[in-house]
Amino acid sequence: MVALSDYLIFSAILFTLSMAGIFLNRKNVIILLMSIELMLLAVNTNLVAFSYFLNDISGQIFVFFILTVAAAEAAIGLAIIVLVFRNRKSINVDDLGSLKG
Amino acid sequence: MSNLHLILTIIMLAPLFGAIAAGLFGRQIGRKGAHSVTIGSVAVSTVLSIYVFYHYIFNGAETYNAALYTWMVSDGIRFEIGFLIDSLSATMMLVVTFVSLMVHIYTIGYMDHDEDYDHDNPYYQRFFSYLSLFTFSMLSLVMANNFLQLFFGWEAVGLVSYLLIGFYMKRESAVVANLKAFLVNRVGDFGFILGIAMVFVYFGTMDYQEFFDKLSEHEHTMMTFIPGVEWSVITVMVILLFIGAMGKSAQMPLHVWLPESMEGPTPISALIHAATMVTAGIFMVARLSPAYEMSEAALQFILVVGALTAFMMGLLGIIQNDIKRVVAYSTLSQLGYMTAALGASAYAASMFHVLTHAFFKALLFLAAGSVIIAMHHIQDIRQMGGLKKHMPITYWAMLLGSLALIGFPGFAGFFSKDSILLAVGESEIAGSSFAYALLLMGVFVTAFYSFRMFFLVFHGNESDYVKSHKIHESPKVVTVPLILLAIPSVLLGLFMIQPILSGSYFADAIYVLPAQDVLASVYDKYYDGVVGFILHGFMSLPVWLAFAGVALAWFFYMKRPDIPAWINSKCTRGNYVLQHAYGFDRLNEIVFVNGSKRLGHFFWKSVDMRIIDTGLVNGTVNKVSGLAKMMRESQTGYMYHYAFVMIFGLLGLLIWALW
Amino acid sequence: MNFVIPDFTPAVPEMVLLALASFILIADTFWSERYKYATYYATQASLVIVGLLILFSFTSETAVTFNESFVRDAFADVLKLFIILVSIGVFLFSKEYLQNHDFYKGEFFTLGLFAILGMFVMVSAYNFITLFVGLEIMSLAMYAMIAMQRDSAKATEAAMKYFVLGALATGLLLYGLSMIYGATGTLTIPEVKAVIEAGKANSTVLAFGVVFIVIGLGFKLGAVPFHMWVPDVYDGAPTAVTLFIAAAPKIAAFAIVYRLLVDGMPGLVVDWQQLLIIMAILSMVIGTVIALAQTNFKRLLAYSGIAHIGFLLLGFIAATPEGYSAAMFYVLVYAITSVAAFGMILALGRKGMEFDQIKDFAGLNKRNPWLAAMMLIIMFSMAGVPPFIGFYAKLVVLEEVIAAGFTWLAIIGVVTAIAGAFYYLRVIKVMYFDAPEQDTPLPASTRELSVGVSVYSLSLLVLGIMPAWLMAVAYNSLLM
Repeated sequence: MVALSDYLIFSAILFTLSMAGIFLNRKNVIILLMSIELMLLAVNTNLVAFSYFLNDISGQIFVFFILTVAAAEAAIGLAIIVLVFRNRKSINVDDLGSLKG
Repeated sequence: MSNLHLILTIIMLAPLFGAIAAGLFGRQIGRKGAHSVTIGSVAVSTVLSIYVFYHYIFNGAETYNAALYTWMVSDGIRFEIGFLIDSLSATMMLVVTFVSLMVHIYTIGYMDHDEDYDHDNPYYQRFFSYLSLFTFSMLSLVMANNFLQLFFGWEAVGLVSYLLIGFYMKRESAVVANLKAFLVNRVGDFGFILGIAMVFVYFGTMDYQEFFDKLSEHEHTMMTFIPGVEWSVITVMVILLFIGAMGKSAQMPLHVWLPESMEGPTPISALIHAATMVTAGIFMVARLSPAYEMSEAALQFILVVGALTAFMMGLLGIIQNDIKRVVAYSTLSQLGYMTAALGASAYAASMFHVLTHAFFKALLFLAAGSVIIAMHHIQDIRQMGGLKKHMPITYWAMLLGSLALIGFPGFAGFFSKDSILLAVGESEIAGSSFAYALLLMGVFVTAFYSFRMFFLVFHGNESDYVKSHKIHESPKVVTVPLILLAIPSVLLGLFMIQPILSGSYFADAIYVLPAQDVLASVYDKYYDGVVGFILHGFMSLPVWLAFAGVALAWFFYMKRPDIPAWINSKCTRGNYVLQHAYGFDRLNEIVFVNGSKRLGHFFWKSVDMRIIDTGLVNGTVNKVSGLAKMMRESQTGYMYHYAFVMIFGLLGLLIWALW
Repeated sequence: MNFVIPDFTPAVPEMVLLALASFILIADTFWSERYKYATYYATQASLVIVGLLILFSFTSETAVTFNESFVRDAFADVLKLFIILVSIGVFLFSKEYLQNHDFYKGEFFTLGLFAILGMFVMVSAYNFITLFVGLEIMSLAMYAMIAMQRDSAKATEAAMKYFVLGALATGLLLYGLSMIYGATGTLTIPEVKAVIEAGKANSTVLAFGVVFIVIGLGFKLGAVPFHMWVPDVYDGAPTAVTLFIAAAPKIAAFAIVYRLLVDGMPGLVVDWQQLLIIMAILSMVIGTVIALAQTNFKRLLAYSGIAHIGFLLLGFIAATPEGYSAAMFYVLVYAITSVAAFGMILALGRKGMEFDQIKDFAGLNKRNPWLAAMMLIIMFSMAGVPPFIGFYAKLVVLEEVIAAGFTWLAIIGVVTAIAGAFYYLRVIKVMYFDAPEQDTPLPASTRELSVGVSVYSLSLLVLGIMPAWLMAVAYNSLLM
């Protein structure tokens, strides 16, 4: 039997990884999208685990919503990346620094 | 009563509406639109004020004290806009709106052409906007039921007067007069705001009624400035407030701004100042009579200041040659009478004089303006003469106004001035006999300078200028207000003397200690019907002094013009003193201007530049802007830095929260 | 199995708005060629319709529906009305700008409508799911709006930044919500409150969750240190979009802060209060200081907005009903002021002349005295000079925070407000005393814009003279 705390630790690790991915990655913006996706999955893991151990279905319903929204978010994110590429011919995170100060 | 509330609201806001319409949309509505809308709105206020006046004076309505709008409440102290309407404010409202209306109408004729401005500049609309704004400010001052609104009106009036005096901003004299009025009034306002602050600190309220109710609690409260010397709080407070009134009502030594603003550029504004604004100080003291009654020391101070102003400013009127300056100095002198009456606890008499003076002084100003128009903007009375046959209406108007001014029995000014003189004569507080003597001499002087001007302008030989130019009567927009103003200047006193002296007129508004009620004793001793009062006037000293003044003026300037010239040449010293207006300006220049210049220079060079600028200000600015620039760098533009800051913030908050 | 049809009435405004937005979305594809402005007018009409609908069905009673996931109360109605009021101005000011910049497209308005729908759902959220969905509807629409100017490198960069950081913040918020769910076993806000108050939840997990939630909310408000997106997005986005995201979303963000922290977790006030204190101080100080060094007017407004958010948080820190209503008052005033300020840029801007640098305002008084006067009002109101409404907004939050015993916070607030007055006054100085580069008169680009900006600016003065009305609205809607 896997304990609740195991799930929580797992999701915390996922979450930390995704955060690290957002600020350590200096290259490809696509990796940012993946990190964001990973972050939402960590949340989902959390919710499903709680839902199972609390014997309450609403957490899993929440997960459906998050998944759906994550899909929409990825669509918009990719569209923005396309625009960035068209304007700069690059999707390097390092090249996105003209607005500052 | 809500009906009355609505009426009062309209009275106060209608001129504001006119001012906004003419001021902001002047170009769109054009000249005609501007004067129609402002005159219309002031006319509405005037008509409604007449109604309110009637309601209060003849129907004896109850005092109306209500808040129009509560601005905010802080620490239980309400800051609000409200009305305190009783016989006193109803009277002032009538004066303010009526005189303003006359001024508005008269201005159409006066401001028609102007070389100072291009034709497409909406100066004309702007001027009307200022006039209406002035009316609004003055109304909010007199209708106030609390100190905050009083202060608002007080400052708003000051602001508009500043704008009006400096209306011709290209003329240097206007700018100088403007600056002087502004600075001198700041001195007064400094006292005024300190006084209000004391009300706030000791009484914890801004409301008149609550203030009056709490007065007795502080009757014996003392305060200490210098160790060992104690002052009564109320005395200090009311004197501070009176210093504000000295600035606004041009009492010595804060009078210096008034002549200049008069001689200055805008004759219309001269009138609006003389007839309405300067009475703000008198009104304020009368409104706060319960507080002034509690301090005999303050009353003595007021009495002496008033009497000195009345006499000494009158003397200056004698040597003026500018027709408007003569009227200006006579205003100063008359204000001295009003102030002296306040000092003698004859508040009602003082307000009575405010009322009559508003009419006859407006009459004199407009008549003088009419002369100036006819003389093509020449103001020197020595260049006039023999104008009587050219401008009959103006002649009669000026004559009636002057008779009222000198207190010819039966004219409005006689009743008010005689009540003041009798009241001061009856008064028993210290300094009253000195004041009485000054005021009596003032009567003689008043008559002398008024009729000196009158004879020089209208009688005598026609000057070269008058001969060589076609002089004709002014247009109707000028003469009609003259005629309208002449009526109350003559008749007003007949109807008002009885209620004023008996104390019934202002019974609900003015409070006088029974022991100091000089008007009541005047009423008992001298009053037996209007006719009797006039007859008594003929038998009393002031009237004969006035006659003597007129006669002397006639003798000196009509019969033997060589005598004043001879006196001038002999009494150079006295003449010098008068020519320089007792050297107040010079004194100001030496002590305040030079002194403050030197002080300012010192502070500028050593304190400001060395210590504050380089050290504190620039130091701080440099540090802060350096800091700002440095922190600005933290916004690097890179997303991973932003994300890093967020996550760092997350960790920080987590640690903070869970530790 | 029995199926109960939920009560739809409380959600009628949202449903109507959704229907209208969908209709416009489809109709726009047919309109766009022939009737250029049809979408614009249809959008404004839908806002007016929904606004009237809310106004006429206004009750002070609380109605809850959809399994306790949606609430309609006076608080929600008032905020929705203000969102509409602000958005009408936003669309009005945007129309000309979009044309001048060659991206007048129906999508701007439909996306705007969907974002407003998202805000409505946020304001009425009574359940974590509703709240999240509302938030995402709004955010996704806004990401798209920023990126709409497709050929602008600045705009796409801003969109990218906003998107990534926004997603990160959403992730943090969700993580926090999942923690609260784990501790309380429910997603419904009133039940969360009940469980916490009954003391049945694990306090460490709760505290852990609260931190994440506060951070997610802090991001949406733009509070330091989660503010970094604000200046870049305000600067990079087309001004019309900046106007949109600077105004109404702040009201919605205020609403979810209130729903989550005050409605949902009043029992944890000690936990979130200290977090808000840190964020408020940092926001006020850093926002003010960096604003001092700005030359770009949009960035200046962004940083000053961060400082304003610090003030807004003071109302929450007071943690009294009066404090919350002061915060609500503050956010409403801030939204109206922002519309006026950004509207000014739109009114003065031209094709090829963005008018977003402070130096562009030089000598404005000579070129257009009326709009200069309006700008004066806006700047004075932002600086908190009486009698403009901004003064009262600051006054009430400071009063409440002092009443709650945080005098030292109020002192920091006053000091930053005074320092902040410096950069607003600098704009005024530039307008009135600096020599303009050109002397030519500069009328507003359309009469509509001039009138619109004037109405919003003068309302700052009128409200400032009679603030009691708006204060009463804020106070009563919270306590009814």
